[in-house]
Amino acid sequence: MNTIIFRTIAPLIVAIMLIFSVYVCLRGHNEPGGGFIGGLIAASSIAILGMANGAEETRRALRIDPLAIAGFGVFIAGFSGLLSLFTGSPFMTSIWLYLELGQTTVPLSTPMVFDIGVYFVVFGTIAAVALALEGDGEEER
Amino acid sequence: MDYVLAALVGCFVALGVYLLLSRSVIRMLLGMTILGNGVNLLIFTAGRLTREIAPIVPPGLEQPDGPIANPLPQALILTAIVIGFAMFSFLLVLAFRAYQSLDADNTDTMRVAEPVDEPNPPLSY
Amino acid sequence: MGLGMDASIALVAIAPFVAALLAPLVHRLAKPFAGWVLALVPGGIFLFLLTLIEPVVSGGAISARIDWVPAYDLDLSFLVDGLSLTFALTISGIGTLIVLYSGAYLKGHPHLGRFLGFLLAFMGAMLGLVLADGMLALFMFWELTSVTSFLLIGFDHTRQAARRGAIQALVITNIGGMALLVGAIMVHWLTGQWEMSALGDEIRSNGLYGLVLAAFLVAAFTKSAQVPLHFWLPNAMEAPTPVSAFLHSATMVQGGVYLLARTTPWLGGTEAWTLILVCFGGATLLWGALGALRQTDLKQMLAQTTLASLGLSVLLIGLGTEAAIAAMVLYFVAHAFYKAGLFMVVGAIDHEAGTRDITILGGLADRMPLTFIGAALASLAMIGLPLTLGYFAKEEMYLGLLSGQWRDIAVLVVLLAGNGLLAGVAMLVLVRPFLGPVLPTPKLAHEAPIAMLAGPLVLGAASIVAAVSTDWLGHTLLEPGAGAILGEAVTSHLTLAINPASAIFWLSIATWALGYLVYRQAATLRTLLRRFEAALGWTADTVFDAVMFGLIRFSGALTRLLHHGRLEIYLVTVFAGLALALIAPLVALKGYDALLPTAELGNWAAKLSWPQLQPYEWGVIALALIGLSAVLMANNRLMAILALGIQGTSVALIFLLFGAPDLAFTQFMVEVLSVVILALVMTRLRLDERDQRPLEDLARDGTLALVCGVGVSLLLMVVLSGVLDTRLSDLFTATSVPIAHGHNIVNVILVDYRGFDTLGEISVVMAAGIAIMALLRSRAKPAVPQPKPAPRRRRKAAA
Repeated sequence: MNTIIFRTIAPLIVAIMLIFSVYVCLRGHNEPGGGFIGGLIAASSIAILGMANGAEETRRALRIDPLAIAGFGVFIAGFSGLLSLFTGSPFMTSIWLYLELGQTTVPLSTPMVFDIGVYFVVFGTIAAVALALEGDGEEER
Repeated sequence: MDYVLAALVGCFVALGVYLLLSRSVIRMLLGMTILGNGVNLLIFTAGRLTREIAPIVPPGLEQPDGPIANPLPQALILTAIVIGFAMFSFLLVLAFRAYQSLDADNTDTMRVAEPVDEPNPPLSY
Repeated sequence: MGLGMDASIALVAIAPFVAALLAPLVHRLAKPFAGWVLALVPGGIFLFLLTLIEPVVSGGAISARIDWVPAYDLDLSFLVDGLSLTFALTISGIGTLIVLYSGAYLKGHPHLGRFLGFLLAFMGAMLGLVLADGMLALFMFWELTSVTSFLLIGFDHTRQAARRGAIQALVITNIGGMALLVGAIMVHWLTGQWEMSALGDEIRSNGLYGLVLAAFLVAAFTKSAQVPLHFWLPNAMEAPTPVSAFLHSATMVQGGVYLLARTTPWLGGTEAWTLILVCFGGATLLWGALGALRQTDLKQMLAQTTLASLGLSVLLIGLGTEAAIAAMVLYFVAHAFYKAGLFMVVGAIDHEAGTRDITILGGLADRMPLTFIGAALASLAMIGLPLTLGYFAKEEMYLGLLSGQWRDIAVLVVLLAGNGLLAGVAMLVLVRPFLGPVLPTPKLAHEAPIAMLAGPLVLGAASIVAAVSTDWLGHTLLEPGAGAILGEAVTSHLTLAINPASAIFWLSIATWALGYLVYRQAATLRTLLRRFEAALGWTADTVFDAVMFGLIRFSGALTRLLHHGRLEIYLVTVFAGLALALIAPLVALKGYDALLPTAELGNWAAKLSWPQLQPYEWGVIALALIGLSAVLMANNRLMAILALGIQGTSVALIFLLFGAPDLAFTQFMVEVLSVVILALVMTRLRLDERDQRPLEDLARDGTLALVCGVGVSLLLMVVLSGVLDTRLSDLFTATSVPIAHGHNIVNVILVDYRGFDTLGEISVVMAAGIAIMALLRSRAKPAVPQPKPAPRRRRKAAA
């Protein structure tokens, strides 16, 4: 798996996959996609990077421990539900905010924040597992 | 067409159960995955099948303009797939670890928690 | 008073628990003075309860009520009347002295803080028990006393005898607790009332009276250690002495007596009640009194006399006459005072002289003069000499039994014998250790510290003071106390004057004479009783041990039967259950009818028409079947991974074909990642080429799997032939855009409608990730050296 072609092209694939995963995640509310799928795509990209460059290298490139990303995801998902308490409604009541930016309207909402949380959880957890399994063999050697 | 799917679900479940009953840890793991897929398909089919029309409201409309696939089972299955995968990874790593430290991949020889010659409980207070 | 009455009374039962939680902290901060500091809590409660005497005496009962479980219409209701106030005052008063005493007795013990905590929690439970009016609250406090007394008796948990005593007490009193719960629920069911004060004659006139009575009597008899459930009480003497002094004088064991007194107005007074209580009470009285003579350990002697006193109280409640109830109230207070005092004295002797054996103690009066005074005051009350509370209790007992009927005479004889024996024991306890020639003791005896002397001296003095002020005693204790039990006004006629012409006087003389006789012949009696016990060969203890060990053996055997450790058998059981659950309803409820062709719907041919599937759909299904067979056939790792990928991909394609792109994408990604992870792990695992199962097992497993598969298929077909309830789906479909602003309905359900579920699910994913990391990061330990049984191929070998 450590051919020079693969190692050269891997970062490019990874970059494309990561961007695509964010796109899939954000469009999820209106078209096929969402946090689960986006997270899985992103995690696959990290797995590919790990295969190409080794787990240690990939972890350094990520800078943040993948499990910490997952924890952050659970946190913001829960936090997005708590926001509704400020409006006096029950836990997880959605709040919508339409930002006018020039020509377009950008909808911001707590379900979107929640979906981003889901994205981070799936991404972080599976990336952590994949990297750990990829790195496990290296340590043994 | 529903009945064909129903029969297929039966095949998934039967194979899943059959593999789970084997004593080889890896086969049990495969069985677990197949059983999970079978159950997902079961829920999917039970929510009725609709060809090719995704449960998505076309842009600009308030309601879908015609019959669409049942969204509820899909929402249930989506999380089940991801959790099933997390479970699968966990079991895989568990099997791997067990193989490393017990040198056993057959459930007959994995008797750490319930040893064969477990002593009687002591008769005292 | 700043607080309302309701809150104050609730606080009485709750404050000790708070103090209990703080006790270890207090012990750490105020080491030598922990006992003094913590005694403030029961002391304060005692003082507060004193202020309630006046309203209770003049106005009857005070009731308090706070919401407990409003949803079930349950209140925490308390009732302070003459009876509960008498008990509560005694409990908190003696409790104060005991906490003080414990501080000195266990001085320097590393777990003194814990001990005081248990003690205070126990006292809180006991106060709650006597103040509660609602039967469920009563039950709760009742069980709390069982649990806390378990902790106290087993405090010295490194000794097996202490553990046994604690378990015995817990088991026996919990049987009673269950009976109490049953009784309470039955009463509520029959009358619709939880409050005992609201009950009248309904229970007595009900056909189920016998059952209710049995439930309450089992509860009371286990707690108050009536024969034949008495044996836990002497064994509970394994506790440190302050515990015995508290539990076996005024509290724990009096819980049953209290329950009987409390239930008298609505449960008592019938023929059965009187007969049962008098018989069991009398038997316990004699058994305990004789048992005391058998012992030489001072603490055991006192424990046995406690049994006797409990029997006496039960007997008096059973009689139920005005004189008997008055005697019971007086006797409760008198007994609590002298028995707590005597236990504390014995503890002091043990503490200072190093032994409790009556045969090797003597002449301690010179070395421990104050202890001797305390012992003397208590013993004289136990003997029942004039100017002590015990005297009045005894007088009242005899007073109601002078009718001359044979039943009264029989009871009178039992009482006389019991009191005489107890008086003899009291003389032994007083004379043997303190008077006579000085005997050498393991430790050089000297006077006990003041905190240990306070108890016996205060209680002894209080006994005398109360007895001398007869009018006050009759007015504030006897009249409200007995009145609350009898449900009618009682007039006290206590007097200090001795009338030589009355029969009572001569009965008292006879009691004392009998006591003296017992005292003189103690050694002979002891030999006789021990010979009798040896001839009997077994005790209630033996039975208890046999039952407990039988339970342990049984549960061990059952565990081995059910937890045989063979995974495939567990799984066969599970899937056999699944198969049964799938097939049985289909057969039993004729669910398969839906699948059979009916006259209107044509015939089999129509039903079995070739399904309308597109060729590519057939292709996907064929792919799934190929994947499944490949998994089944796989004989190496690469093959297995590939086959698993094929079947997963076919599932994804099915999702895609039937309008579920989200699912299809997710399934695809999962398949990719599964293959990656499998490839990473599988290289380090072994896959047997063939299934290792013997042929019979293969057949069994195959059959089971087929049945499960066919069952699921049939179930699904039946479901499909029914009508789908689409209300929920329709709601989501209709409201997705208007109120949730999302066009992808599946995603809207996930993140908005059912967001809470999803939150739980991503937490599960996260938890699985953490578990995997933990597994991977733990260093591989060397293989556990364990006996490796040969894989079970027994049957194969035989074949």
